[in-house]
Amino acid sequence: MKRTLYILSSTVLFFACEPEFKNPVDEPGTYTSGDADFSNYVAVGNSLTAGYSDGTVYLQAQKNSYPSIMAKQFSLAGGGNFNQPLVNDNIGGLTLSGQVVSNTRMVLDYSNPASPTPVNLNETPTTNVSDILEGPFNNMGVPGAKIYHLVANGYGNIANFPAAANPYFIRMASNSDASVLEDALEQEPSFFSLWIGNNDILGYATSGGTGTNQTGNLDPQTYGSSDITDPTLFAGIYNSLLEGLTANGAKGAVANLPDITAIPFFTTVPYNAIPMDAATAQQVNQAYAQYNGGLQLAYAGGFISAEELQKRTIQFSAGQNAVVILDETLTDLSALNPEFRNLRQATEEDLILLTTSSVLGTLADPNNPSSVIGVGVPLNDSQVLIDAEVEEVVNAQIAYNTTIAGLADQYNLAYIDTKSKLNQLSNEGIDFNGGIVTNVYASGGGFSLDGVHPTSRGYAILANTFIEAINAKFNANIPVVEPGNYPTVFIK
Amino acid sequence: MKRIILFTFLLCANYMVFAGGYRVALQGNKQLAMGHTGVAVLNSAETVFFNPAGMAFLNNRFSASVGANFIFSNISFQNTEFGWSSEADNPVSTPFNAYVAYQVNDWLSVGLGAYTPYGSSVEYPENWEGSHLIQKIELASIFIQPTVAIKLHDKMSIGGGPIFVTGNVNFNRNLDRSLSDLEGNRSNVTIDKSGINAWGYSLGMLFRPTEKWNIGVNYRSEIEMDAENGSADFQNVPSGLQGQFADGTFNASLPLPAELTVGTSYQINDKWLVAFDFNRVYWDSYDSLNLSFSNGLQSTNPRNYKNSSTYRFGVQYVANDQFTLRGGYYFDESPVQEGYFAPETPRNDSDNFTGGLTFNVNSRFAIDASFLYIHFEEVDASYDYHPESNGQTSSFGGTYKNNAFIPGLSVSYKF
Repeated sequence: MKRTLYILSSTVLFFACEPEFKNPVDEPGTYTSGDADFSNYVAVGNSLTAGYSDGTVYLQAQKNSYPSIMAKQFSLAGGGNFNQPLVNDNIGGLTLSGQVVSNTRMVLDYSNPASPTPVNLNETPTTNVSDILEGPFNNMGVPGAKIYHLVANGYGNIANFPAAANPYFIRMASNSDASVLEDALEQEPSFFSLWIGNNDILGYATSGGTGTNQTGNLDPQTYGSSDITDPTLFAGIYNSLLEGLTANGAKGAVANLPDITAIPFFTTVPYNAIPMDAATAQQVNQAYAQYNGGLQLAYAGGFISAEELQKRTIQFSAGQNAVVILDETLTDLSALNPEFRNLRQATEEDLILLTTSSVLGTLADPNNPSSVIGVGVPLNDSQVLIDAEVEEVVNAQIAYNTTIAGLADQYNLAYIDTKSKLNQLSNEGIDFNGGIVTNVYASGGGFSLDGVHPTSRGYAILANTFIEAINAKFNANIPVVEPGNYPTVFIK
Repeated sequence: MKRIILFTFLLCANYMVFAGGYRVALQGNKQLAMGHTGVAVLNSAETVFFNPAGMAFLNNRFSASVGANFIFSNISFQNTEFGWSSEADNPVSTPFNAYVAYQVNDWLSVGLGAYTPYGSSVEYPENWEGSHLIQKIELASIFIQPTVAIKLHDKMSIGGGPIFVTGNVNFNRNLDRSLSDLEGNRSNVTIDKSGINAWGYSLGMLFRPTEKWNIGVNYRSEIEMDAENGSADFQNVPSGLQGQFADGTFNASLPLPAELTVGTSYQINDKWLVAFDFNRVYWDSYDSLNLSFSNGLQSTNPRNYKNSSTYRFGVQYVANDQFTLRGGYYFDESPVQEGYFAPETPRNDSDNFTGGLTFNVNSRFAIDASFLYIHFEEVDASYDYHPESNGQTSSFGGTYKNNAFIPGLSVSYKF
């Protein structure tokens, strides 16, 4: 009997024995950081770095920001704590002095399951801009920041809000005079990532090109929020950012800028979004007969070329029809007739903004059935990014990317080609275990409901792109993440 | 008195009986200590399970035993590609058995057995990487088997009886790999059903070429457990999808497969006895776990098990009047095929080491102790057939390593 008890009690010692793996992943040695040192990773950037999604910053999205995902993987190879300037809630949005200064997150409303609709969550944000957080923060992603904002002192000074300060940076700046770069350098990162420049073209693009192309103007003080940043200024600041970030010998990663044509904000609404039957088309053509006749006269008089005549002639027919838009680059004919407007029908080269979809096809004047927006009433400058504006954006993007690639080389950094990755996403889609991610709005899985920023799954794919480039550059073997385990759009 | 003991055990039925896998071979501590051989061993009332025909040749007119085991099982999981590591924190479970055998006259014996040969108790961390496959399962069944044995002549007997099964199941998993409510709480479903009843039977035959040499055969039929109108509770579902994932009921069916055992034992001398058993479990009846919910949802989970064999070896040594020592080993083949390695029963082939002893308190009353250690090699395996809502399938896998430590204790009584 004693023997029995002895056997039983000695075996109890074994019961707690967890099975041990030959190469346990949660112990040092399985993953290595190679030539890099991830002990203090600092991410610098804009909304993409902050984890912005569905039109705002909210907790769940911050948790899945690409730097946060990377930091979690880095922790398997010596990575340290990753502190983020977390917001209060999963509602999103910001308030200041009781006023909502930034809207709540977008979710899909399934009250009509046949047509899920993106809506802003009908709740009041609880994150107050004036509640300053205690840093420092490894995630120095500041939504809305352009490249020159990163070196702007006072960008986090609430007294400068809204003109020259950023509500997100106000919350996290170490003091009211600090710049984003200074706060990043203060932490003496052992490893950094930098993804900046998107807003330097995107602000212009999402405004429909209402801003100014500032190429040639090197004074950002004079820039508006929808302007294109001068590429020379961009290059100069980018160089000084890297100079600072690598000064203590830190290794890092930089990302180039994706094409705007890869993101659903510019690709969801087709240029020929107007369905029409033959009878209606005939009616509309009659309404435009006078305009088309005027064009013929202008051509006959030598005011416009044959090419412009053809481009401007408005013609509807049964089926899908191109939207009527205003194009300020067309020859101004108002001298001939004050009512002569710069109208034409859109082509594939023009990008109609996602936000335009809510008004397209509706009546500008409820009492006037011929005031259909996009047919009788043209889309205005802020509703469409016309071909000439797209070209300005692309030119600036090419210049920025040339700078980024060159400096990545010069500073011996990992270079993350997000442009190719997002083009792959939009062209053929990116396969993952159990599915495919595309850039189709709302259902593609890659982009959140704001049409510009990725979903958590999209950020996971970006994090993998970073990790793969970092592994290759620094001989590390950080594991990637499983995109299928990250959420896409949220349903109300 | 034996009746009372038996009855007490059945009353304790709000236990969590089963554990460690799905077939739990712990049907008697004397036989377990001998590698769970027993189809041709005439030791005790445990033969009611191992071979009903054996009752006819027990040395005592009345034999009874009641025992239980304590399963401490561990599952470690990791995935090198993604840097995942998780450990299942399985609740300790206590399968039991109770047997009584009585020789009415020199050709007829009757008996009753209650035992728990199938069950599972696995609990992974909440929202672990495989939470879309399983977070938690408790599966239990009690077999109750009235038994008769008939001695055809001195060298042969047959036996058998109907089996009444009552079982219960509780299972939770996340609805998919990422769906959550707006706060990020993962959408999940719990199904629960108790009082699932079914019938089966056990048949056995014992042949004794000599006084020392026994050959036995036992067949236990397949038993299909049909859970009908169990409760299905969907949690953390976005309000817009609550129609699609409405709470309600579910139907599902789980086979408890048929098992054939053939074996032999040989009494070398007064002290030594050896036994060999071969089990064949007809797992191929478990091809898919399908659930249909009252809200219209269908869940198809291919399993595609194959028939599997177990090879058992046991030895018994009577040290003196007070002590009998036992030891054994068995090799347990996994029914899981490549690509179907699901984390709710992550079992690969295992090496099983057993030992134990009997302490005879007096000529009638004895205490049996046993110990089983299950050793699994670490295995790289995956489940490749999880259906996604887009019609594709996703794969989930990594490296698994399991073990289990199972001490057991019985009391037996005979006269």
